[in-house]
Amino acid sequence: MSEPMVKAEAVHKRFGRHEVLRGIDLAVAAGEVLCLLGPSGSGKSTFLRCINHLEKINSGRLSVDGELVGYRQVGGKLHELRESEVARKRAEIGMVFQHFNLFGHMTALDNVTCAPINVRGVPRARARERGRELLERVGLEDKLDAYPAQLSGGQQQRVAIARALAMEPKLMLFDEPTSALDPELVGEVLDAMRKLAAEGMTMIVVTHEMGFAREVADTVVFMDDGVVVESGRPGEVLANPRHERTRAFLSKVL
Amino acid sequence: MSSPEVTDTAGRPDEIRAVPVRRPGRWIAAAVVVLVAAAIGRSVATNTRFEWDVVGSYLFDERILEGLRVTVELTVIAMAIGIVLGVLMAVMRLSPNPLVSGASWLYIWFFRGTPVLVQLLFWYNIAALYPKINLGIPFGPSFIHADANTVITPFTAAILGLGLNEGAYMAEIVRAGIISVEEGQSDAAQSLGMTRLQAMRRIVLPQAMRVIIPPTGNETISMLKTSSLVSVIAVADLLYGAQIIYSVNFKTIQLLIVASLWYLALTSILYVGQYYLERYYGRGAVREEPLTPLQRIRLGLFARHEEGGR
Ligand SMILES: Nc1ncnc2c1ncn2[C@@H]1O[C@H](COP(=O)(O)OP(=O)(O)OP(=O)(O)O)[C@@H](O)[C@H]1O
Ligand SMILES: [Mg+2]
Repeated sequence: MSEPMVKAEAVHKRFGRHEVLRGIDLAVAAGEVLCLLGPSGSGKSTFLRCINHLEKINSGRLSVDGELVGYRQVGGKLHELRESEVARKRAEIGMVFQHFNLFGHMTALDNVTCAPINVRGVPRARARERGRELLERVGLEDKLDAYPAQLSGGQQQRVAIARALAMEPKLMLFDEPTSALDPELVGEVLDAMRKLAAEGMTMIVVTHEMGFAREVADTVVFMDDGVVVESGRPGEVLANPRHERTRAFLSKVL
Repeated sequence: MSSPEVTDTAGRPDEIRAVPVRRPGRWIAAAVVVLVAAAIGRSVATNTRFEWDVVGSYLFDERILEGLRVTVELTVIAMAIGIVLGVLMAVMRLSPNPLVSGASWLYIWFFRGTPVLVQLLFWYNIAALYPKINLGIPFGPSFIHADANTVITPFTAAILGLGLNEGAYMAEIVRAGIISVEEGQSDAAQSLGMTRLQAMRRIVLPQAMRVIIPPTGNETISMLKTSSLVSVIAVADLLYGAQIIYSVNFKTIQLLIVASLWYLALTSILYVGQYYLERYYGRGAVREEPLTPLQRIRLGLFARHEEGGR
């Protein structure tokens, strides 16, 4: 079997004395879509943020595409990566946030082209052309020059997806991308994500959209209190949960 | 249940025509304002001791204009130093390194904690403390040697005093601006591969500007006037120019009016500049850009036009 895209082994994370991740083990293969479920405060966002080193893990091993996150192993010793090296690795991982976090002072197109131009040094004209294509792909070709404040939540989230894709990531992280949206806007964002999954993108999606998980996910992972309680095919985990905690959670969200 | 058709055909109710609430207080206040303004206007116009002709004759006096130039120069340079230092100190203050943030804290504490007049006099007299200035590596070789009295002219002392003091105030203004930008912005920037400094420069600071500009405008206007303190260390600014003239001809009030008129003119220009800067950095923050005063006037004229045409 080839190296998984993401591999977590006994990942622990503390904030002060509060242990948020208490030994996470999981693997995501290239091209796989993994949906992460779990009650509020179970550590889902924290785990996603660890994957692109927005948070440092305290112990365990976490690697993306065969390379440790945030460290380099020389002999038996771990060496912290320099900030520029961490940044270069983050650039290969797209992240979409619950509250979109679009850059408010930039138009939709500038949001999408900003990182390719300033981080990767892509020529402006090429970046803009590619940006237009990406915004077209998420159905926003007529909103290129709109500022985030002039867009609906669903439109903002689709810009955010296009912005992440502009860096041509090998992995996409979604942290509850639809939970800040009005119900009638959820569909348009899920459609964009479905398309992306169909194109073979490796995705980790924290979501409460069970329909999406059932239909798109290859694997569903249920987390509670900083540990993985169970994982498996959506058909198994969602239909026949083996654990009492999973059952209790699903009965609340379904 | 009502359908859209029903409400459409229902027709609009009569427009409300109510007798407005009477507000006698407003009328009284307006009358008082008009009366006081008229009284002041009349006294200024008829009191011959104002000697407006003298004011007029010194308004464009060479020494006044030269002083004006120095005042503008001082304000621009001191503000430039203040803003650069302010951004630097604010970013340092938010650094995770306690030594770096501590250094910034100390700077702000010292320069905000002492009067700017004292700082000006201090720099002016620095030669008493350091007759020779050597710049180089601490405890190592030095590259630049100079005589303090020749390097620290009154003008450089003024720039140092005003600029370093301003830096401390600007640091707090910039810091407030930076922390007003949501943390998610910096998260998003970093997740796209920007370093902390890139995120600060491209994403956080431009959005902080909206919060930073209004108080910075205040600071600039305040600097314009504070710079008049430099006349105590013999820098020939606008006020100093006026003082030189009235020390000879004793037209004290008239020359103070001349100086005031120029200060007012400069602050008015700054108002306009600030308005446009705020508008520029407000883009994206509001759904519709506010109109410029010119646009508003043009629109107003057109609107009246249309009404007249009907
Ligand atoms: N920066 C932080 N400092 C301290 N505690 C934190 C921090 N970030 C998260 N936590 C804590 O970690 C725990 C897990 O948070 P996390 O955001 O990962 O949960 P979550 O599963 O994403 O929940 P939700 O579904 O509400 O988003 C919470 O108890 C939270 O208070
Ligand atoms: Mg969360």
